Amino acid sequence: MEAFGLLLHGFAVLLTWKTLLLMMVGLVLGIFVGVLPGLGGPNGVAILLPLTFTMDPTSAIVMLSCIYWGALFGGAITSILFNIPGEAWSVATTFDGYPMAQQGRAAEALTAAFTSSFIGSLVAVLLITFLAPMISSFALKFGPPEFFAVYLLTFCSFVGLGREAKHKTVISMSLGLLLAGIGMDTVSGNLRMTFGSAELLRGINFLVAVIGLFGISEILLTMEERLALRGHAASISLRVVLSVWKDLPKYWVTLLRSSFIGCWLGITPGGAIAASFMGYNLAKRFSKDPESFGKGRIEGVFAPETAAHASGTAALLPMLALGIPGSGTAAILLGGLMVWGLNPGPLLFVEHKDFVWGLIASMYLGNVVGLVLVLTTVPIFASILRVPFAAVAPMIVVSCAIGAYAIQNAMFDIWLMLGFGVVGYVFKKIGIPLAPFTLALVLGNRAEDAFRLSMIGSGGNLKVFWSNGLVGSITTLAIVLLFWPVIDALLSRVGLSQGPRPAPR
Amino acid sequence: MSQTDLEIVVDDPTAPEDDSPSVVSSGTIEIVVCLVLFALAATLGYDNWRTGASWDSTGPEPGYFPFYLSVILGGGSLYGLVVALAAHRKEAETFVTRAQARRVMAVFVPTLLFCLVTQFLGLYVASFLLIAGFMRLVGKIALWKSLLTAFLFTAIMFVTFDVAFDVIMPKGPLEAAFGR
Repeated sequence: MEAFGLLLHGFAVLLTWKTLLLMMVGLVLGIFVGVLPGLGGPNGVAILLPLTFTMDPTSAIVMLSCIYWGALFGGAITSILFNIPGEAWSVATTFDGYPMAQQGRAAEALTAAFTSSFIGSLVAVLLITFLAPMISSFALKFGPPEFFAVYLLTFCSFVGLGREAKHKTVISMSLGLLLAGIGMDTVSGNLRMTFGSAELLRGINFLVAVIGLFGISEILLTMEERLALRGHAASISLRVVLSVWKDLPKYWVTLLRSSFIGCWLGITPGGAIAASFMGYNLAKRFSKDPESFGKGRIEGVFAPETAAHASGTAALLPMLALGIPGSGTAAILLGGLMVWGLNPGPLLFVEHKDFVWGLIASMYLGNVVGLVLVLTTVPIFASILRVPFAAVAPMIVVSCAIGAYAIQNAMFDIWLMLGFGVVGYVFKKIGIPLAPFTLALVLGNRAEDAFRLSMIGSGGNLKVFWSNGLVGSITTLAIVLLFWPVIDALLSRVGLSQGPRPAPR
Repeated sequence: MSQTDLEIVVDDPTAPEDDSPSVVSSGTIEIVVCLVLFALAATLGYDNWRTGASWDSTGPEPGYFPFYLSVILGGGSLYGLVVALAAHRKEAETFVTRAQARRVMAVFVPTLLFCLVTQFLGLYVASFLLIAGFMRLVGKIALWKSLLTAFLFTAIMFVTFDVAFDVIMPKGPLEAAFGR
């Protein structure tokens, strides 16, 4: 139980007034961000990242991850009270959460949502606590070819398993990888794709792109819609909380199933949305009374929320252990690590024990504190929605600009952010997915370095990617996943595969 | 129906009408985007080919990776172009209606102006102008409320970033007059 001792050490790192205060600030900001329309987890973390530049890495990651937990909690508030999912993964929560609110059981639904979020995250954190150190110590044996194979696997699984049109995923990913290559080439020192511009010499900063793609474009998209809303105000009394908790053991199968789905899908990239729908659909399928779903059944809140949060938390596992983010927000946290001068990857567990275990301990503590905070303050946060969007929108724009500028102190980045805002708006409207782009932009240089270092090591021989069992099986798996739709079609033509179709969105 | 004591209702007086005519179809935008991406791929591809995109004794040259990525991007956008052109003949899906476009422009144009003003007058002045102007002109919120909110928000940002966290923002003549 080495992990347990290290975890206790992590709690010791956390338990200072300063860190606890930062945790509270992060949670409040996060819930705020989760409730506001046009802002969500990734945006919130990206915009608030500059605040942490002058902090030490541990305080910084504690605050940022708490913003993330807060945003996850906050998304449920608007889904249930207003039928407006704050995030794509809260959509499934509205199916039964909003009917419950209409029947005057809003407090019950909210308690269920928060509690199941908490349970989902807790299961995923337990998984991280015990699995991440093992994976990372295994990954310490990795050389450049193994790392490249893992990157390849990540990219290929996006193309092969994504729901969007394949060519759009390919466009999005190759564009991200190309933009990542702009600037100084780290292996040879040559300048690439700068076209003589001094501004492009620095390269395109990942965080600037994210702030534009998610922050600015989200405002443009939100304005397109009717912003009028009508919902229920609710406050949660201790009596309701206790009565919901008393019934919890009845739903242990649903909770466990959803946690499991969430953990599994969270580790593979881009899973939170799929996880919430899958959790919901499976709960419905296995229920004795599937007809009652969608009419305000408490299980319909438990199932998607548990899965979404388990997956949102589990997405941090590959980021910590391998340096490969499992979600958009994890990608931004990864960008943060680089800004604070840490090198993401398996060495993190060896070189920065305080940091890693502080983060893992903050996942436990942040979720407990978050649960209490959110249960007691729902009425306040629900009334944030009364603030007119005309006041909120310009404030978000200003925050985005501050965030973009602060990263490299460059005015050019503010313009770049605006440009990415327009790109994000157009891409979202014509269905080019942004997640592969984000992932490619943050991993592009590392993937290329790994590839070229392996080539230098092997004298330019591609066989290095099949030189031993480990790297060979990862590379082969990557290629199988890339062509998965083709293979799947062939298999079903032969009549071998009648596997379950993915749940409809 | 509702048994809860309180209801939160927020109106949106300037909401886009549902029957507003379409300005441009999604198909047309897709074609334009694919053409732009293809042009980008060609430009970047050429630049990387010039840098050196071949394979020497130590492995790929600096331009190798990005060159083939440009080829993939170019191929992807050409394919997208063909798909979009083929689908274009059929029923057109609306990209944006006129009412929506008006609302989007109501945010985009102020944001553009905000970036311009930031360049010359500094971020804090620009932020004050953006918030006050947007609330008053787009949101039709009372002038004193707009000015007060803008001032408070800008002041909080200044104290948080410039004073407390030492994250220095671009400044202009106004801050210079106060000696910051």
